[in-house]
Amino acid sequence: MHQNSFTIISSLNKTILLTLISFILLTTGCEQQKTTPVAGGVAQLSGKLNITGSSTIAPLAAELAAIFESKNPQLRINVQTGGSSRGLADIRQGVSDIGMVSRKLKTEENDIQAHLLANDGISIIVHKDNPITSLTEEQIKSIYLGKIKNWKSLNGVDKKITVINKAEGRSTLEVFLHFFKLKNVNIKPDVIIGDNEQGVKLVSRNRYAIAYVSIGTAEYNIKSGTTIKALPLDGVEATTEKLASGEFPLSRELNFVTKNKPSPLAQAFLDYSRSNEARKTIEEFGFVPIK
Amino acid sequence: MFPLNKDKILLIVLRIMAGISVLSLLFILFYLVKEALPILQSISSHRFFTDESWHPTSGSYLLLPMIIGSILIMLGAMIVSAPLGILTAILSQFYAPPWFTKPLNRTVEILSGIPSVIYGFLGIVTIVPLLAEFQAPGTSVLAGVIVLSFIVLPNIVLISNNALSQIEQVHIHNAMSLGLSRYAIIRHVILPQAKPGLFTGIVLQSGRAIGETLAVLMVCGNVVQIPGSIFEPVRTLTSNIALEMAYAMNDHRSALFLSGLMLMVVVLVVILIAEKFSPQANIQ
Repeated sequence: MHQNSFTIISSLNKTILLTLISFILLTTGCEQQKTTPVAGGVAQLSGKLNITGSSTIAPLAAELAAIFESKNPQLRINVQTGGSSRGLADIRQGVSDIGMVSRKLKTEENDIQAHLLANDGISIIVHKDNPITSLTEEQIKSIYLGKIKNWKSLNGVDKKITVINKAEGRSTLEVFLHFFKLKNVNIKPDVIIGDNEQGVKLVSRNRYAIAYVSIGTAEYNIKSGTTIKALPLDGVEATTEKLASGEFPLSRELNFVTKNKPSPLAQAFLDYSRSNEARKTIEEFGFVPIK
Repeated sequence: MFPLNKDKILLIVLRIMAGISVLSLLFILFYLVKEALPILQSISSHRFFTDESWHPTSGSYLLLPMIIGSILIMLGAMIVSAPLGILTAILSQFYAPPWFTKPLNRTVEILSGIPSVIYGFLGIVTIVPLLAEFQAPGTSVLAGVIVLSFIVLPNIVLISNNALSQIEQVHIHNAMSLGLSRYAIIRHVILPQAKPGLFTGIVLQSGRAIGETLAVLMVCGNVVQIPGSIFEPVRTLTSNIALEMAYAMNDHRSALFLSGLMLMVVVLVVILIAEKFSPQANIQ
């Protein structure tokens, strides 16, 4: 009985999916891969590209897409977020042309091709007025496991630590857990947040809070005067420079992914995202472009 | 040939409209059930109330604290804002002079138009730090209740104003000619008549309060637990969906749709209870 209804649903899903895909192919397929020669001999691209996935990469991808579109007025690039997992799923199902995945691909994900775009680090942030200047890996681990509950045990003020953690499914959380060899089930958070900015806002208003956010977000906020500071990790400062030099340990890959060989249109965008011009944009977002 | 009866046309149009409203509700319910079905089939439903915790990526699906969280925050906000709202409406209808009433009503109207995310933002930069100084971490049941009260208060004032202004003037005039005091008129003539209207307004706003998402997400802390005090963080069903939906796959995603379904059930129960206790207009 259960088996039956299950099959009906999945076959229904397949039909919907097939209709959707064929619809997308019908509407966009004929437009794709067209190039219009213009004066000067430079070919302009036209058509549509769908990019979905990680919310860390999405703002950068949207910016790159906007610049790329302005160079190719016939081209439409649609960037949507939904997390790294969605980026992968959409690529597998053929719903999007390029996926965004903010971590290294796992070995079992060999059906997908990764195009490394940049590196991003995760920095531990506390309030600017917090007298703590550095924490060891072990101390951070103990804080998140609830073994250290008061700043006093770390030679700080006698106040309870507000532990800020990320919601399930976020890639920042995955990278953090993986690096510190923690399990989310064991973490004792006081606050659970969604995106990086929420973490920055909370920490900047709470002298006794600790959180982890993307280095790019932290650096941008510190430069613009937000009352937070990023703690060094293993003696290495949490800055994009140290990230670029490969010294900062808590880092992750930002990848564009495609299924097998990208379409010429997708390839053109991927090539642009690795150009010198794009490097500047990537750096503006606080990420470190690949060499 | 007879011209089509205008009443008939109107009737047909109205029937279609009513049909669309009912159908959209059925469609939402159908879709929620359909999306929640995989999780309901793969694990037995008592686990949503007995599992150790909510860690869907590790296979624990405890929903109970979020159901309690949603109801708690909603009740708290209504307890704070309903009396405040009704009293404000009474003030503006029967006590305040016109030069005061007009700006008051305009202000309330403007307040009711402010998107709730703004209240959430104000909450995170003012109320949360204030509470954190008093008792860490600041993001808590209390912060949620305060912010939510601000969000529903203007609407309660508006609806109460409306309910109070629709009292038949003749009753008020009769009471006045009997020489009753203003307090006695409000207490024994106006309020008993306005009760159903006030009550409906509060029920409607409860629905809004329990459905509020972003503002609550910003100030409540979102830790999945049954809070031990009003200073502890809590996660509501709506925050749960908003926090995790974008990143959820398979059973996790399905469990989030189940959160949505639970929310509908809770709202339905609230409405049913409200209907059962709905007061009738009576004059003492």
